[in-house]
Amino acid sequence: MLLKNTINELIKIIAKPRSYIGFGALTLLIGVILLAMKADGKSFISFVTASFEETLSFNGEILNGNLMAFIILQMLIIHVPLLVALVTGDLVSGEAAMGTLRMMATKPISRSAILGSKLLAGAIYTFLLTLWMAFMAYGVGQWMFGAGDLIVLNNDGLVIIPGDDILWRYLYGFGLAYLALLAIASMSICFSVFSDNSIGPIVSTMSVIILFTIIGSLDVASFHSIQPFLLTTHMSAWRSLFEMPVPGPAIINSIYILLAHIVAFTLIALWKFNRKDINT
Amino acid sequence: MIQEVVAVRNLKKSFKGFQAVKDVSFAVHRNDVFGFLGPNGAGKSTSLRCMLSLIKEDSGEISLFGKSMQSSRREVLSKIGSIIEKPDFYKYLSAYKNLELLARISGTSVSKSAINDILEFVGLEGRENHRFRTFSHGMKQRLGIAQALMHNPELIVLDEPTTGLDPQGIVDIRNLILKLSQEQGKTVILSSHQLSEIEMIANRMVIINKGKTLIEGSVNELLNTSQMVVRFQLDDAHRAMKLLQSDFQIQAKSSELKQELELEIDKMRIADVAECFVKNGLRIYSIEQKRKLEDYFIKITQDL
Repeated sequence: MLLKNTINELIKIIAKPRSYIGFGALTLLIGVILLAMKADGKSFISFVTASFEETLSFNGEILNGNLMAFIILQMLIIHVPLLVALVTGDLVSGEAAMGTLRMMATKPISRSAILGSKLLAGAIYTFLLTLWMAFMAYGVGQWMFGAGDLIVLNNDGLVIIPGDDILWRYLYGFGLAYLALLAIASMSICFSVFSDNSIGPIVSTMSVIILFTIIGSLDVASFHSIQPFLLTTHMSAWRSLFEMPVPGPAIINSIYILLAHIVAFTLIALWKFNRKDINT
Repeated sequence: MIQEVVAVRNLKKSFKGFQAVKDVSFAVHRNDVFGFLGPNGAGKSTSLRCMLSLIKEDSGEISLFGKSMQSSRREVLSKIGSIIEKPDFYKYLSAYKNLELLARISGTSVSKSAINDILEFVGLEGRENHRFRTFSHGMKQRLGIAQALMHNPELIVLDEPTTGLDPQGIVDIRNLILKLSQEQGKTVILSSHQLSEIEMIANRMVIINKGKTLIEGSVNELLNTSQMVVRFQLDDAHRAMKLLQSDFQIQAKSSELKQELELEIDKMRIADVAECFVKNGLRIYSIEQKRKLEDYFIKITQDL
């Protein structure tokens, strides 16, 4: 029954116009960034590398597909959660508002299977959205700008990664980004269980992300103890893959914390949904 | 032996301090068309929601097909088709696609031809590929009935299925229910706030009000009771009252202003009373009779 209802959930996601907002927005945003960089990227790169040019000489094309994918991923990882929450935050509450949750709950399918199928469908949608982001940022970026070494500026200084050592980093990087977005999806589904309207869970999810981002960036002593456990702290864990050497234990720690969030939100959602009075 | 398909005992449910259902009990027998009657806000939908496990009751016992919902939820629900309050579907999907989605989780195998057959049965053939958002209220109700019937359930629960329908739509739904009961032997629970609707199609009924069961039994027994409430309009209500007391030992309520007399009486004696009034020179302008239960139902409805 879980599988059957997951098929139903995917059919509903495919049929809903709002499901395409994310894909459309990503295509537009990434398209604009790529076109802008194609038109005026060289002066942008010169501006960024100007301070290094006295001590370093750059050979080859810095502005390449690998750099574009890095820039895009960095810019979008904060915005994509909204696109995920638009669909996943609506999965339970949207049906409650529409009255279709009532129709579904009178069928011989357990509440856990209903929610489980929504979680699975939400995870598949999030995966497809991440895949599209990867295709647009990396695939189209490579096509428009070509391959090359990646120069990354991070806290420790300038890191140069050879072109043949990059693909695996992006594969894992998009994997980590997916895990972070999955945590967002499970959070918005959890909020969705507590609500009977579509807007509430979406706004709540974004509010939590903004709040956690602010707490995570404030250098206040009382926040230091909670910062390592915040979901938003680990949303940019993918960046660690572009360090030399790659900090394996820190990445594994981020994976554990993101997984812990997913499990916690899922358990809370299941607990509540199995007790929820369907009054709409 | 009468087989109880549904047995609800001492059901109670409250929402944030408001007790919607205080003490509801009823039993539905196999092949019944069971009327679940009560004015708006009486607790009908809440009781039905508890019965179908949409909401959790605070206390009481609910047994369906002799089993509890907690222990046999899937098995029990696979034998039930229902519309609670109003049929809601995915607006962006077609009628067929909506049924296909619900058929997939109905617990039994429903073929494509079975979906088409049920759409034809409820009169929606030719509209199967139209989106739900384009449907009229009557068509939505028909689609709701189609989803309730498509997996061939033993028990059909219809919560105010004629609300908002035009007169022809009401007749169609009524005929459909009778057909399901008489030709297919289904057990039907039909909730309504209209006594006339229940009277026309139900064989047994329960009346609830303010969250409590008031009366339960056979519709014939409850409605065709010989005890009537009769209102006489005549030229001298005061003299008529005296005649009633002396000749029939009947107490009546009189209104001298309107020259009306209202009394409870066996229907076999109405003619005798009228004859007595005429013989004693009283002029009768009208005799209005109501069944006691009907009067009672109107009274509880008006009390709200």
